Parts: sequence; C-alpha cells; structure tokens
Amino acid sequence: MGNKQTIFTDEQLDAYQDCTFFTRKEILRLHGRYHELAPHLVPMDYTHDPDVKLPSALIVNMPELKENPFRSRIVESFSEDGEGNLSFNDFVDMFSVLSEMAPRELKAIYAFKIYDFNTDNFICKEDLEKTLNKLTREELTPEEVNLVCEKAIEEADLDGDSKLSFADFENMISRAPDFLSTFHIRI
Amino acid sequence: MDSVDSVFYSERLGPSNNPLLDQLPSYQSLLYRRKSSATGSTKRRGSSRRHLSSSSSWKWKGDKVEEKPKAVAHQRLICELPKTMEEKRRDNVQRMEQARDLSSWKQWRQNTHHSLKRLKEDCMELLRRLKLWRGDIHVIEGMFGTGILSYFSFLRFLVLLNFVIFLLMFCFIMLPIIIAPHTSGNATFDLYNGRECSNYPSTSRRGLVVFHQYITDLLSGTGFLEETYLFYGYYKVESIYFPKFSYNLPLAYLLVTITYLFLSLIWIVKRSAAGFKRNLVQDEDRFQSFCNKIFAGWDFCITNETAARLKQSSLLYELKTDLEEERIKQKIADRTRREKCRIYVLRLVLNLFVVAVLAACFFSIYRATIYSQEFQSSQFDQRPNFILELIFEYLPSIVITLANFITPLMFTLIIQFEDYSPAFEIRFTLMRCVFMRLASIGVLLFSLWSQITCDLGPKCPCGYKHSDYPCWESRVGQEMYKLTIFDFIIIGAVTIFVEFPRKLIVTYCDCGLAKWWGQQEFAIPQNVLEIVYGQTICWIGTFYCPLLPAICTIKYFIVFYIKKMTLVKNCRPATRPFRASSSNFFFLVVLLIGLALACVPVIFSIAQINSSRACGPFMNYTKSWEVVPEAVSQLPGGLPTFFFALSSEAFAVSFFVVTCLAMFYVIALAGAHKRVVDQLREQLAMEGRDKRFLIQKLCQAQRTSVRSAGVQSHADRDRQSNRGAQNHDDPGGVFLAQPPVSATHV
Repeated sequence: MGNKQTIFTDEQLDAYQDCTFFTRKEILRLHGRYHELAPHLVPMDYTHDPDVKLPSALIVNMPELKENPFRSRIVESFSEDGEGNLSFNDFVDMFSVLSEMAPRELKAIYAFKIYDFNTDNFICKEDLEKTLNKLTREELTPEEVNLVCEKAIEEADLDGDSKLSFADFENMISRAPDFLSTFHIRI
Repeated sequence: MDSVDSVFYSERLGPSNNPLLDQLPSYQSLLYRRKSSATGSTKRRGSSRRHLSSSSSWKWKGDKVEEKPKAVAHQRLICELPKTMEEKRRDNVQRMEQARDLSSWKQWRQNTHHSLKRLKEDCMELLRRLKLWRGDIHVIEGMFGTGILSYFSFLRFLVLLNFVIFLLMFCFIMLPIIIAPHTSGNATFDLYNGRECSNYPSTSRRGLVVFHQYITDLLSGTGFLEETYLFYGYYKVESIYFPKFSYNLPLAYLLVTITYLFLSLIWIVKRSAAGFKRNLVQDEDRFQSFCNKIFAGWDFCITNETAARLKQSSLLYELKTDLEEERIKQKIADRTRREKCRIYVLRLVLNLFVVAVLAACFFSIYRATIYSQEFQSSQFDQRPNFILELIFEYLPSIVITLANFITPLMFTLIIQFEDYSPAFEIRFTLMRCVFMRLASIGVLLFSLWSQITCDLGPKCPCGYKHSDYPCWESRVGQEMYKLTIFDFIIIGAVTIFVEFPRKLIVTYCDCGLAKWWGQQEFAIPQNVLEIVYGQTICWIGTFYCPLLPAICTIKYFIVFYIKKMTLVKNCRPATRPFRASSSNFFFLVVLLIGLALACVPVIFSIAQINSSRACGPFMNYTKSWEVVPEAVSQLPGGLPTFFFALSSEAFAVSFFVVTCLAMFYVIALAGAHKRVVDQLREQLAMEGRDKRFLIQKLCQAQRTSVRSAGVQSHADRDRQSNRGAQNHDDPGGVFLAQPPVSATHV
C-alpha cells in the first residue's frame, strides 16, 4: 500500500479512522495542515503522541475559519480547556464533526455548545442576541434584535422557560432543513 | 416561597447551580470537555446509577461484560459519540479488547464487517475523487455558498444523465448497424397504399452549391445532415442478420425510447427522495423561520471575504424581510371587507390579463411555426437570401425565446399589484414562468402536429401529408435540433453580449444608469428553468434525432464553464438567497414536470400518428407501436397469450384500482404519522414542564427540611443548600448520590 509514512503508526491511523469520519489520506492531509500552522511547534513524528497544543489565535486564522463569525466559539467548544487551544486530536475531532458525513444528532450537540456563549447549558436571550449580532454585524436596531430574539425563543421553546434547553434546540434543529448543509466545513 | 423561583428561574447569568439538574442524564451528555477526573467520575457515577443517555450507554453496558455479546451489534459507531478524541480512542481500545474476548466466530464476523466497512469507505473515496468538476464546485461553494452550489451540481447531474441516454442509444441502435456484417433493409411496399407514400426525394443539394448553404444545412439539419445517423430517417433497417441471430432494430428502437424515459424517471425520483421526505414530513419552515435563519443561516463553507460580507447582508435582508412579512400579515388580518373586495377584483383582472398575455404568446408561436413550416416546404429556388432563410427556419425558436424573455419581466411587474406576501409572490411568479416555458414547447409540437397530420381518406392516403413531409419524423427531429442549437447560442450570446458589457459599464462608468441597473445577480430560478427547458427538448427529440443526447451532453458541458465564468467574473450573490434544501427539491420537481410533458408527445406519436412510409425503422408498420404486438406474437410457448392478457382491459382496470388503493393507504399512513409527530411534540413540551414542576417541588421540600433543622445562612442559602442537605436526613431520598460540584462550573 502506497508510500510508507512515518508520521503515525498504522494502529494510530486505524484508531483515527474508527473515531472520525475521515480516511487515512485525509487524516494525513489534516496533519499536514496542522503542521503548517506552526511548523516549529508541531512535530512531524506523531508516533509517540506528543502533547502539543496550538493556541486559538493560530487556528482561528485558518482560511476555512477566517470568515466565520463563530470561529472563536467553534474552537473553544472543541478544546479541552475551554480557551481554544487545540491538540491534534481536538483538531481532527473538530473537522470530523463538521464534515459532511457526521450525523445530524452529533452536529446538533456541538452546535448547541457553540451557540451557548455563557456555557450555562441553556441558550438564553443574551446568547441569542450575541449570535444575532455576530451574524448581522450589529446592523439591526436594538428593537429589531429584541423582536427577532423573542420570536426565535417563542418558536423553539417547548417547556416555557424563555430559554432554549438542549431538548428544545435539538427538536428545532430536526425541523430545520438547511442545518446539515450549512453546518459543514470542507477541508 | 421566596427563593424557590429564583433558584429555578435563574435570571442571572452564570453556570446553573442546581445540582439536581446537573445529575440528569440529559445533561450528562452535554458536559463540556474537562480534563479533570471529576468529570469522568461524575459521568461514570451518574451513568452507573441512573438510566441511560445514549452517550453513556456503552460504558454502562461495559459493566456487565458477560451480557456483552448481544449488545455488541447494537452499539453506536464510535465516531458518532460526542466525546473528546482521547475518550473515543480509549473506547475504541476497550471495544477491541472486548472483541478479543468473544468467540472466534464472532471475532471473524466483526473483522469481516470491519474490513468491508473500510473497503466501502475506500470505494466511496475513489468515487468522490472521480466526480466531475469537484475542484470547480468547491471553489464556487466557497465563494457563493450552498444555494448556487445546488444549481451547479444539478447541471452536473444533467450532463451525466444525457451521457447515459446517449450510451443507451448508441449501444442498442447505432452500434449494431455499424458493426453488422451485412444489413437487410428490405422495404416491402404496401400495395394497398401505393407507391406515393414511399417516395422520399433526396434532400442533398445538387448542382453548384454555394458555401453559405452548407452553414444553413449545418444549423438546421437539412441538406447533407438529413440523411445521416443524426435523424430518424436514416435508420431504414428492418432487421440485422448476425451469424447466430437476427436483431430486430425497430423493436430495439422502441424499447430504448421507453427505457430512457423510464430510467430518467427513476434516477430523478431517487435523487429527490431525500429532499421530498424532508419536505413532506418536516416542512415546518413557516413555523420557525427565525430560528432557521439564526441557527442554520450562516453557511460555514464560505471562505471568501466578499462572500462573507455579502452573506451577512443577505441574512440581514432576510431577517428584515421576515419582520416586514409579520407586519404585512398583521395588515392583511386587519383588512376591511371593502378593501378585500377591491383586492379580489384587482387580482381577477390581473389574472385575466396574464391569461390573455399567455394566449397571445401561444398564438404567435403557433403562427410562427406554421409560417416556418410552409416556408420550408416551398421550392429551393424560390428562397430569399441566406440570412433571411436562416431567420425563417429559426422563427419558432426566436419567438419562443422572446416570449420567455418578456413574460417573466411582465409577471414580476404584475405581481407587485396583486398584494400577496413576499414568500408567496416569489412562488407564484415562479409557477407562472415554469408554465410558460414548458407550455411553449407543447404549443410548438401541437402546431407541428396540425401541419403534419391529415385525416385518412382519398386525398390523404398515408395519414400524413406525404407530399410536404415524406419523412415527418426527421422534420420534427430537425425542429428539436434547431431548438437545442438556438438555446445554446442564446446562452452564449447573452453571456458575451449582455453580461460582460454590463459588468464593464457598472465598474467603469459612473452615470446614474449604471447605478440603477446594478451588477448582475445570478438568478437561480431563471437559470434552472433554462436548463430544464433544454432537457425537456432533449427528451422529446431523442426519439426523432438519436444523436441529440450527445449534443446535449456537450452543450451542458460547455454551459457549465460559461456559467462558472460569468458567475465568478460578473455576478454578485443574490440579495434574496435561494435556500439549498428547498432548491434541490424545486429543481427536481420542475425537471419531473418537464419529463411528464416530454412523455406525452412521444407516446402520442408512437401510438397514434401513422409512421412514415418512406424512411425510418417503422416503414413497414402503420403505427410505430405495432412492432411490439408483432414481436410478442412471435414469442414461443404461452408467452403471447400472457402478454395479450396483460394488455387487456380487465387487467388494466384491476391494476388501476389496486394502485389507487395503495396510494390511498400510503396517504393515510403519512397523515397518521404526522399526527403522531404532533402529539409527541406536545408530549415533549409537557414533559419539560413536568420536570420543572417536580424539581421546583423537590427544592421546596429541601428548603423546608433545611429550615426545619434550623440551619440558617441567608446569604449563601442557594449555594449551601445542597451541602447543607448532606448533614440531615435525606428527605425521602431526594439525593441518591452525593451531589458533586456542578460539573459545568469552570
């Protein structure tokens, strides 16, 4: 099979293939992308699972994420310390969840985390306002923002506590036909 | 009860500090990634004691290894679990270790399963690499988002479809003729009708042929092109005798026609099945349009700065339009009776006007076709000069294109006066445009039919006008060929002569006209209608012009590059975005309507119109369909009786009844499912409220027990309440486990 690569052992590649939606070639390519973000920090030899984390500032400037208004939230949701520092495992995990083949339920879980700015397990009105302002670059008037957030909560809130729990969010996402095609990054 | 509400309806921001809520299994699955073991232990503790959320299910089952083997088959794929990569790899290792504990048969089964999965993934990867235009579409997606992407993948689908249809025609019809050792083209004259029907004067030009006549012939399929593989008339073969068997070409011709129509139907339905299901069951968009825009509105694929800015402005525009729509709904609800009457009368008048415009267009197409046909039947030496000749030949195409250009503008103007809601306006205009496009082809075919056929009688011995149309199928094929060529020329010409100058004017000229006209927008609906129109013509024309699918494949191939170039150079993304999900469905529905329309003339001409006596594979049959009963009657054994029974009325009626019953059953089932979905949704809401109510009560009970035990600490009562409860009798076993520090605390 092909050229012998020394970045990962075969077992590591197998494990990655099982744990993500990527093939071997794609995982090697991802490693290449990870490496070129910080060539002096990221070793080429991953056979011994080095503990290297890249800071959020480097990752957020990747071409795939640069124009995304939620880029810092995305990176924070996949990092272990909540600050956005990603190891290679987290990096691969992030793109795996955002790939075409991830199922809707998995994407919904992470989307909920991304939109929950204050990490309290609820998407409350403030979270919605922040989301909306990031989406529209604060070009809506405050009354319009207020109105839109109220309407959104009205539409999705099932248990009547004026904020969206995960159950509400998941139910709403299952009825959003575009979610699968928009919540998707091609790398 | 003072602080019960404040505990629960926590208005303040910050992590939820109600320990009960954190122990709920549905929260466990949402835990944030924390490297600390506290998280892991909480999860394990929570999951070993409670009943399971799906993400912890595997761990729980792991506690009971003996019962493992049954559960193995039902585990979720590791890649679908919402855990960190380290946890997933640990799970993977654990699963593999457990697999080793299984019997060798189960191990072998798992290994084959695993390697098959890998093989499948590799094959899919290979197929994805081979997909046509992968790189180009990736670039388009990054610049313009998924709405326009769906147009281009639709175009790619049509290229493939046309290529497959061409392969079918080539393999079964042209290839036998080409490779035949010798062909038998015996044309038996029908003595009853006499020779005049079988007289086919040669159409190749004689004498000194001027060069421009070759161009005319090339563009209209006459002259030297008429008696080639391109048209129906060339296939004058009855059967081909190979060494071992004889090949019935007319039967093959007919069967391939039916096959390609059927194949297109199945392929389109398969492609639209996913979108159709989603639209039928989950078309809740009108009920949660704001949520859709906020949570599923941003296209994560966008990588280009201008595209991102434009997407933001388009989202802004969409939200403003939605707010506007709410205001209009309110206004409509507030309308007085008098206003309603006025609006209905206005709508009636405008609709009549639209109908009149449509009738006028159809009539002009009819007249243009008749004039063009009469012109073509006139003598060669009476022709005027070259350019006029071309114009008269292309007259129906020109009129159709003009009508399809003017009517959408008119429709968008008219609908503004009809005072509908914005979403309905878009849909209704689109419906009218679709109708106009597809009906114009129908009118063209109808006028051709009226010209070609005549009632069987002494003046009309053949059933068609044999003096003007010795080979009428070739003539129809020529019309379809001309329509295709003209469509292609128009797409290229509009791009070169309208869109590029527009971009130049808008960029370099600063006058008011340029500002008003603005930069080109890539209007997806109009572009889609254009290519569906071309595809409908291809479907109709393939029976009369077997090489038409090949021409269409090349045409769409080139159109892809033309459209991509104009998109990248001249267009900006639409301010009113066309959503990806519904757009795929819309394209395929319009394509299905085109296919349905295409089937009608083909079936009609096969079954009802007398086939030409002078040319084509059906020379010896009165109607093209007759070849099938004849072939069936030559089958061995009891098969002929079986097939004739299938085509009898009794069978047809009972089949129809059974199909109707099946359809009613399926519709009832869908309705029942929808009702169940609604009920479940209500139940979900009720469960949420129940849960909150119960937790409220528990907290109340907790408070009273704390207070009754006399521990006071007003300031931190909330935070201390859980720790306080440890020191006292658990009121009714409220806390089954020692509540940990809230796992969502930073």
